[in-house]
Amino acid sequence: MLVSRIAKRRGRFELDVEFTAAAGSTTVIVGESGAGKTSILRLLAGLDFPDRGLISVGGAVYADTESETAVPAWQRDIAYVPQDYALFPHLSVWGNVAFGLEALRVSSRDTGARVEEALGRAGILPLRDRRPAQLSGGQQQRTALARALVLNPSLLLLDEPLSALDLQTRRTVRTELRELLRGLSCITVYVTHSPLEALVFGSRILVVDQGRISQAGSRDELLRSPRSRFVAELMGTNLFIGQRAADDGAGSPRVRTPDGEISVGDDPGDGEVFATVSPREVTLHRDRPEGSAQNVFCGPILELVPEPPGGERLRVVLGTRPVLVAEITREAVIGMSLAEGMTVYATFKATGVSLYS
Amino acid sequence: MTSGAARFRRLSLGELALRLAVALLGTLLLLLLGLPLLSLLVRVPAGELLGRLRDPIVVEALRLSLITSTASTLAIVLLGLPVAYLLATSEFRGKRLLEVLIALPMVLPPTVAGVALLTAFGRTGLAGGALGALGVELPFSTLGVVVAQMFVAAPFFIGATSAGLAEVDRRYLDASATLRAAPVRTFFRVMLPLALPSLLAGAAMGWARALGEFGATITFAGNMPGVTQTMPLAVYIALQTDVEAAIALSVVLLLVSLAVLLSVRLAPSGFTALGVRAGFSDR
Repeated sequence: MLVSRIAKRRGRFELDVEFTAAAGSTTVIVGESGAGKTSILRLLAGLDFPDRGLISVGGAVYADTESETAVPAWQRDIAYVPQDYALFPHLSVWGNVAFGLEALRVSSRDTGARVEEALGRAGILPLRDRRPAQLSGGQQQRTALARALVLNPSLLLLDEPLSALDLQTRRTVRTELRELLRGLSCITVYVTHSPLEALVFGSRILVVDQGRISQAGSRDELLRSPRSRFVAELMGTNLFIGQRAADDGAGSPRVRTPDGEISVGDDPGDGEVFATVSPREVTLHRDRPEGSAQNVFCGPILELVPEPPGGERLRVVLGTRPVLVAEITREAVIGMSLAEGMTVYATFKATGVSLYS
Repeated sequence: MTSGAARFRRLSLGELALRLAVALLGTLLLLLLGLPLLSLLVRVPAGELLGRLRDPIVVEALRLSLITSTASTLAIVLLGLPVAYLLATSEFRGKRLLEVLIALPMVLPPTVAGVALLTAFGRTGLAGGALGALGVELPFSTLGVVVAQMFVAAPFFIGATSAGLAEVDRRYLDASATLRAAPVRTFFRVMLPLALPSLLAGAAMGWARALGEFGATITFAGNMPGVTQTMPLAVYIALQTDVEAAIALSVVLLLVSLAVLLSVRLAPSGFTALGVRAGFSDR
């Protein structure tokens, strides 16, 4: 369990956040650049210290301004993967991954075994003698993760782990990373500016804006009830995660998700795929629609929110599986006399789905 | 096509005059700097040069120079590294002043340095009594030569090393700290290896400066063959009795200086090729 209640002032910028995170979970901190995301990670890592507050991991107090506790980074049971990895350029892949164990004075036999295992799990054992400069972006990222995970930390801190990669690599690495994080028993804190990464990785999402947490919750909670324009913009999209469904030979390609299949316009390709649908692409019907729309979901209206407040359009949050958000005009709401609790049909076209992988 | 057109573009009179002036002045300077070095090399035939180097006075001076300059360089590295680290990593009151004081010997006339050393460590100097009580006598001793060399050569090492240490990217130090490395370990395993090219360059420059030291040595340590007569001193003395021997010694010093400078200029790029400084150079 991570408990953190931190306040820090740097010039005009003021950071003041409070959150907890459970072991085995991934908490995503999402926000625009300059919102204070990296500052939070540096405080958790012990590279900076709060002006006021408390940081504890699994009962061990790392910082407490009340009792004047300030444990430096090297004495904390954490691992930190910075944004551009900061692999030591003068050490080989092996030397980088062994660095932490050597600092802990683990016996050289155990170090050898653990490094070999970490490199094997990351699939980079054949690269053990390479220097970082001789690695591709994806290989550097795996080395940085192996260097962190070989320490079996209680708290894993990831700062924009995908942003240094080109789009091609990002797809495969993202899928691997999702699998990897799912299997970890430590607390993971994942920082990103990308709302999609937040939706994909976060079992819990903290939206940070100007040094404050503007909203915290699960993916569905944030989609269902964004409490600010900022969060709505960040989260204002419907997301499906799945894989290409077996081709039935008729009609458009389909993506199979845990909540059912959806039709998409383009070929989703192999492997994990993310499909997004803008709320404006979702239309609502009182009765089961007939005709061409391939994607039809049925569920109760959970919430009707003017968007923006007092504006001409409304966000309609639906209790479908998965949760869907539609954005329609006020006229349409009045025309269909929609109300909260009413069961409706939501549809969107296959061509309205954007694939993201 | 464009480059051909540019090459044949007619120069205006002003441009032509400017180019001529640059060429003329440049040639003059090159002659002034290059001719003495060249004439030194052609004056004595290589065979005779080797013979001269077996002269007992020459051998003695060479031996003493190598020992003292190496000793002073090692002492500078040992004493200078903490200072360089301090200058590179912390801000404190009087830092600028300290930097100026450390750099001062680079511009100070060496004879002035010698006099200053005498007033400090001479028999009647400020610290002379204390040193005498400990049985240490610096003036006119080999140890005095080492001290004189340290005085003039230290700025070269400290300057290059603190610049090199300051250049090490903070991200590597942060990464090291989050990988359980205590500050001392971070220094020796990350900071020092990454700054090694600068440190070696500084040590080489300091060593060359110590090897060539003349003014402070002759003022503070005197000119005793086998005890304080280093190569530059031997060159000066030989010039008055045996010009050929002076030239032979000079050639040796010239070649050593050239070798040091070349290795300093070439080494950092060599280290880069090894990947010591590479990796994130694009950021």
